[in-house]
Amino acid sequence: MAEPRKPKTLFEKVWDAHLVRAETPDAPAILYVDLHLVHEVTSPQAFSALRERGVKVRRPDKTLATMDHSTPTLPRGADGRFPFVDAQAEAQVRALERNAADFGIELHGLGDEARGVVHVFGPEMGATQPGMTVVCGDSHTATHGAFGALAFGVGTSEVSHVLATQCLLQRRPRTLAVRVEGRLAEGVSAKDLILAIIAKLGVGGGTGHVLEYLGPAVRGLSMEGRMTVCNMSIEAGARAGLVAPDDVTFQWLSGRPRTPKGAAFAGAVAGWRLLSSDEDASYDREVVVDASAVAPWITFGTNPGQGIPVNGVIPDPAKEADAASRGSLEAALLYMGLAPGQRLLGHPVDAVFIGSCTNGRLEDMREAARALRGQRVKVRTLVVPGSEGVKRAAEAEGLDRVFRDAGAEWREPGCSMCIAMNGDHIGPGEYCVSTSNRNFEGRQGAGGRTLLASPLTAAAAAVAGAVADPRRLARRG
Amino acid sequence: MEPIRRIEGRTVVLPRKNVDTDQIIPARFLKVTDKEGLGRALFSDWRYDASGAPRPDFVLNRPEAAGSRILVAGDNFGCGSSREHAPWALLDYGFGAVISTRIADIFRSNALKNGLVPVVLDAESHARLLSAPGAEVAVDLESGTVTLPGGGTAPFAIDAFARTCLMNGLDELGFLLSQEPAIAAYEGAR
Repeated sequence: MAEPRKPKTLFEKVWDAHLVRAETPDAPAILYVDLHLVHEVTSPQAFSALRERGVKVRRPDKTLATMDHSTPTLPRGADGRFPFVDAQAEAQVRALERNAADFGIELHGLGDEARGVVHVFGPEMGATQPGMTVVCGDSHTATHGAFGALAFGVGTSEVSHVLATQCLLQRRPRTLAVRVEGRLAEGVSAKDLILAIIAKLGVGGGTGHVLEYLGPAVRGLSMEGRMTVCNMSIEAGARAGLVAPDDVTFQWLSGRPRTPKGAAFAGAVAGWRLLSSDEDASYDREVVVDASAVAPWITFGTNPGQGIPVNGVIPDPAKEADAASRGSLEAALLYMGLAPGQRLLGHPVDAVFIGSCTNGRLEDMREAARALRGQRVKVRTLVVPGSEGVKRAAEAEGLDRVFRDAGAEWREPGCSMCIAMNGDHIGPGEYCVSTSNRNFEGRQGAGGRTLLASPLTAAAAAVAGAVADPRRLARRG
Repeated sequence: MEPIRRIEGRTVVLPRKNVDTDQIIPARFLKVTDKEGLGRALFSDWRYDASGAPRPDFVLNRPEAAGSRILVAGDNFGCGSSREHAPWALLDYGFGAVISTRIADIFRSNALKNGLVPVVLDAESHARLLSAPGAEVAVDLESGTVTLPGGGTAPFAIDAFARTCLMNGLDELGFLLSQEPAIAAYEGAR
């Protein structure tokens, strides 16, 4: 006899469908992985572990590799060689080429027309699909949750587990509903929304949880916007973020290299339509955010939760509830060279970075171009497309001309100045308005100071040479 | 992995909240293809100045920190990236356990897989450890307790499976490989 139907959240539906074995008090669940994305930084030691044990990759057909972190964003030299920052970076890239060849994994490496930042690349390939489990040795794997896939970052040991067995040992996380009511105002983007959500939850507030973003403001976001929101779930401590798939999702996926074609696509969509939380499903926690109250956001501190509206005032550590929070805020302001009560608006900056797995997609390039068209940048401005596909599409629209004419640098795809591993970095003490995801100390170069913001806010800062309110530019359209 | 039952030693206290993995080991040290020697890069930007000279005010550079085995850190330790280089660096430096009031999910998972014991304590016990840098304490996996400076112990929760793996020197990959029939059955049933 059938059990009475228990209402389920989207997370529970995907989780339950991937249990090779359910968890018990003594043992975690064995969770099956549908898509394993691999990049050069977190995989070499995992392949070494497979070699030590003499095991093969169980499902090369469910494994897809690219390279992004250690790769140069300057083009090949006249000699045809890629300008790696050093021999170590090149060796890491070569190691992935060798590992992919030895273990039979599809690799889109340097020179490949599909290569990109792994979380831009996977969705572009149509490899990420609703209802899947997706993992990668990278904390921003949460990005893929925008398609209604349960996607989370893992360490290198777990990369080896998935390579060898296509499975992971996992305890079931708790669920946290983030209901976003209302709608975003003109000039306010998905990036501003997620930064405001992180400020509300705190950088550890989502620990142990999977977030599901719900509500009209989330439904109103493009796929790019949903990816930006899910991408930064980890910055609230949550390993995964989810948005239920809908027509926006299906339309975006249609015709991608790895999505089903023709009647098979229609069949897949019929199944994907079932992937939303049941009306009466319950979450372990719930928060409500009013989208209409979100302003263009910018961080002032050294974690992504330390942010304010772009025209706001930096908070006073003396008003913090406890000594640890006070100390943490004081340390952040000391590092950032900022003072309580100060406004960021008009604060001079030294550089602007537009790109990354958070904001390196075509829509982000268009937003930045909207503010840069016919203008001149006053500071060093790097625009780095998230993939070869984004680069081609942006160039087809002439966006590269807009950036170059404004005096910005139009680079090759990669993580670039988000993580500053490949030679792209800012100097000690410099301020950079960045569309990336982390403002940790030294993230964009030792001693560098990062102000996280949206592509529009970053572009506005490039034009002003200082932190600026993007709504003025947005109205220009 | 070597079986771990108990970690005894002096503490180093890093009271800051939200110590992220970029601080534990900055990204420029992630271009390696092995795990060796990463202890040198541990907390690099806090430990060394731009010229590479040790910053005397950083806790790990004080003489009394030498040989410490247990890191007591502020809330939400290990947040940020998934880099397993963070526990590799802590272990290579000589730490065997990290104590906080909250430890980020991916860091905790990575730590357990390498034999670095992540310990989450209640705020009061944690405060006692924070206020007694250099205390001799023991993290005991058998009883799931930490001895506190000035006497007494505090319990900590650890996943039963992870604890068994640590105490018997088992690694999860071996366990997963042994589950091949169940995995094949799942694949067959899809």
